[in-house]
Amino acid sequence: MHGPMSAFKTAQDAAGPAAVEIDVNGTPVVCDRAGVAWLPQSRALVVSDLHLEKGAAHARRGFLLPPYDTAATLARLAAAVLAYDPRLVISLGDSFHDRTGSEHLPPAYRQELQALQRGRDWVWIEGNHDPERPAGLDGAWSRELYLETLVFRHEPGKGAAEGEVAGHLHPAARVVRRGKGVKRPCFASDGSRLLMPAFGSTTGALELRHPAMRGLFDRNRLIAHLIGRDRLYSVAFNRMNG
Amino acid sequence: MPAPDRTDTAPAFTLPEPFHGWFASRGWRPRAHQLELLAETSAGRSMLLIAPTGAGKTLAGFLPSLTELAARGRPKPGTAGYGSLHTLYVSPLKALAVDIERNLARPVDEMGLKIRIETRTGDTPQSKRARQRTDPPDILLTTPEQVSLLIANGQAERLFSGLRYVIFDELHSLIASKRGHLLSLALARLRKLAPGMKTIGLSATVADPEELQRWLTPQPPEGEALAGRITVAGGASPVITILETEERIPWSGHSARYAITDIYRTIGEHRTTLIFVNTRSQAELVFQELWRVNDDSLPIALHHGSLDAAQRRKVEAAMGRNELRAVVATSTLDLGIDWGDVDLVIHVGAPKGASRLAQRIGRANHRMDEPSRAILTPANRFEVLECQAAIDANYAGAQDTPPGGDGALDVLSQHVLGMAAAAPFDADDLYAEVTSASPYARLDRDTFDKVIDFVATGGYALKSYERYARIRKRADGLWRISNPQVAQQYRLNIGTIIEAPMLNVRLTSRKNGVLSGRGGPPLGKVEEYFLESLAPGDTFLFSGKILRFEGIRENECLVSRAWDQDPKVPAYAGGKFPLSTYLADSVRAMIADPARWGALPEQVSDWLRLQSQVSQLPARDSLLIETFPRAERHYMVFYPFEGRVAHQTLGMLITRRLERMRAGPLGFVATDYSLAVWALEDMGAMIAGGRLDLGELLDEDMLGDDLDAWLDESWLLKRTFRNCAVISGLIERRHPGKEKTGRQVTVSADLIYDVLRSHEPDHILLRATRADAAQGLLDIVRLGAMLKRIKGHIRHRALERISPLAVPIMLEIGRETVAGEAHESILAEAAEDLLAEAQNLA
Repeated sequence: MHGPMSAFKTAQDAAGPAAVEIDVNGTPVVCDRAGVAWLPQSRALVVSDLHLEKGAAHARRGFLLPPYDTAATLARLAAAVLAYDPRLVISLGDSFHDRTGSEHLPPAYRQELQALQRGRDWVWIEGNHDPERPAGLDGAWSRELYLETLVFRHEPGKGAAEGEVAGHLHPAARVVRRGKGVKRPCFASDGSRLLMPAFGSTTGALELRHPAMRGLFDRNRLIAHLIGRDRLYSVAFNRMNG
Repeated sequence: MPAPDRTDTAPAFTLPEPFHGWFASRGWRPRAHQLELLAETSAGRSMLLIAPTGAGKTLAGFLPSLTELAARGRPKPGTAGYGSLHTLYVSPLKALAVDIERNLARPVDEMGLKIRIETRTGDTPQSKRARQRTDPPDILLTTPEQVSLLIANGQAERLFSGLRYVIFDELHSLIASKRGHLLSLALARLRKLAPGMKTIGLSATVADPEELQRWLTPQPPEGEALAGRITVAGGASPVITILETEERIPWSGHSARYAITDIYRTIGEHRTTLIFVNTRSQAELVFQELWRVNDDSLPIALHHGSLDAAQRRKVEAAMGRNELRAVVATSTLDLGIDWGDVDLVIHVGAPKGASRLAQRIGRANHRMDEPSRAILTPANRFEVLECQAAIDANYAGAQDTPPGGDGALDVLSQHVLGMAAAAPFDADDLYAEVTSASPYARLDRDTFDKVIDFVATGGYALKSYERYARIRKRADGLWRISNPQVAQQYRLNIGTIIEAPMLNVRLTSRKNGVLSGRGGPPLGKVEEYFLESLAPGDTFLFSGKILRFEGIRENECLVSRAWDQDPKVPAYAGGKFPLSTYLADSVRAMIADPARWGALPEQVSDWLRLQSQVSQLPARDSLLIETFPRAERHYMVFYPFEGRVAHQTLGMLITRRLERMRAGPLGFVATDYSLAVWALEDMGAMIAGGRLDLGELLDEDMLGDDLDAWLDESWLLKRTFRNCAVISGLIERRHPGKEKTGRQVTVSADLIYDVLRSHEPDHILLRATRADAAQGLLDIVRLGAMLKRIKGHIRHRALERISPLAVPIMLEIGRETVAGEAHESILAEAAEDLLAEAQNLA
């Protein structure tokens, strides 16, 4: 192990881990507090639900959300790419908030994204928000991608699916202790499937208890890795309420 | 409608026919204030009428328009009607508008007047609303939100061209809120549409009547203008006492359980008793406890805002028929609807404000000349002091309604979009119109232009939304909406009342441990955030029943009946009023003056006496601080008496400072009366050794950088931002039923706040958010006044052990869940479980 792994090790402090390595269907996957997953063997970085240009998408409908979300998301993405220096980046769908997002992307952001893509492979996975190939950007375009023992697609399939890594649902977990509930976005995995947190700066989240999550996990083996301020917190699903 | 007085002396001004005859036929004479109001408004003045309940206030308000309508000629030949509204009546409550319609119908029918009176509320069918726009009635009874919708309509000009009167009922309860701000802007527009129109404000007694008088009349660019005022002296003084009890009054807590037997006995001695409480959870608890001792099965009911509407209507109807002996209620019953034959009001818990107490007591005995009777039931010893202070204030006629404050900018944004939807506007004209409304009289032009910019393109320094502008300035210099969808969007998102997301509570049954698939009856609604702290199986008190939380299905909270003795009481917000500044001062004065302790129960005066022996009493103009050790920790207790909210803010700021002074603070807890901070270091010794300077600790400068630093991180500000964002039209209102799909993730206001704060900290919406927080949520204004007052007047007592006055707050410490915002520590605690499990396996 070298480079990126040592990077995450130094990020680890006494308070708790900034990244946690888990096993998904036999493949080691590092879940990072930054909201990205890292496959050390393939040197692949996975991000999901960037929802770029979400502010602009709402503005087109008459709700003038701050236009700073794309810049914020790209800055965090750039930091993660710099830290891991991946050979491959997988953007797991809903990379743009709507169909016209990539087309109307302001030139400065386009250049920033192109700079990140340089020197590495990049795969855009098709999402429900962006069912078309991003306009004017490099990278492959695919409905799904197989790598090691894993399959990457945007929407999780119904029922159990061995080795599936998906996004779409924006998972969050709620931990209740001493009468107080704390909800945070999380990585969720039962060892067979991994659900990625949404990476976009202004994307909300849906709790693991929500009916939309039903049947996706073996709840007895499900562990949520909650994104805290400086570290990840790993909590078993059946211990959420203490 | 309350009956006019039969005994008033005949005034100079008389009623025209057929009114004179109608009054005479019933053996009535109009009251002096009714005629005076008629004379003043006929002379073209806008008026404020301040009168106690039962004084015939509502009839007085309608007499000017009824007499004018009765005297008018026929509509123009060839037209179906008059084409315009004559009178607009605005009430804060839908129910009040409906009530007035019924009460006005009688005199109008009996006099054979050809006057069309209709209501228009959120419940009015779409077809009727559309008809009201094309063929308006003479008198329209409505709510503030409907007025905003009507003036934003393209037909507003015609609809209001003949408007003569606007009557505002319960004006005192409207103006000190964003709802009042929006209504003041609507009023400014109505004046422009109908220049000769007059306003009539009806109000209970208030602290600053001139504020209402300014509100009712246009403000000139320089100086101020006042509407006229008629004040009707109050009826007989109420008889108020503190509940007499043999029981021990507890040190702390809010349940008043100790008093239930005495309350029950008192109910038995009266015809109908209204029992007011401050919070919904208190209502549930008192109701439950009363039924526990209800051996005679007296009809006792429960009424609060979260209960299912059908259930509330049932209680109200039974109350009107005098079938109930007692109703336990929160503030939903505060405003002026008639409630049968109430002969006693019991107030459980401290009233928190002298005006609120006066209003609630006014519910008993709706006849002006008989004294109302009320009994106050303090829930703990500090509340005894507060109740006594409130009784003194009520006798003295003191008023402490909060001031209205400057008009909110998010509200102005909503209004600007509405005005563009109505018709193209000129910015100079609109600025003049807006600043004629008293809450916006001080609005500077630069801020106004920023609001327009915000409405147009979001007002961001990064000008990337020009092509998505909602309103645009055209070549003719007028601003107009970019497309018709903007107007539709405005209509769907109107209003200033932002409810916390609520879920329906539905009762289901459990058979052999299995939940029935079909839901039972709905019980009401609870806030989503309350349910979030529950785990399936937890029990809570709601709708007078102990319920077991089963889970959330779609948009509903499923519950089943539980038989636990000790439920987890719902902690939902609503009705948590902080102690008013006026009462706080009265309580301080009473404590400082042993001569006044005679009015207090003996156990309470003994308690104060003991305090003066072992420590000292808080004086009226200084701040007492005690330090003492207890169980390995060191405590510092402050007694500012400034209300829980101000104390919470103070606690947050003081712990930050103690951290820097290396005292190792661990937590704090705040009540309405005092603040306790605990730390690792001996703060008493630090003060003695000069390592902790109390003057420095409580310096006013804490409201500068420390406050900003804390605020920006605070969830309080995020919640405020969400409201401002919805009101201003930045994000969509959550429409019930629309979010059912679940897969559609709504916009997260918290995240938008974070992004905006880091990129544009001076954005107009953040300004609006901070202004809101400073006024309401954090009571910063009050805290600032306190810090100024106590400067150089801090009294410190280093004690060996806890003082009598500190006992109540020390008892609160165990009850408080986690102090402040310990989110990360909660997560860490949960994460340790997994770690521990892993180690056990290894």
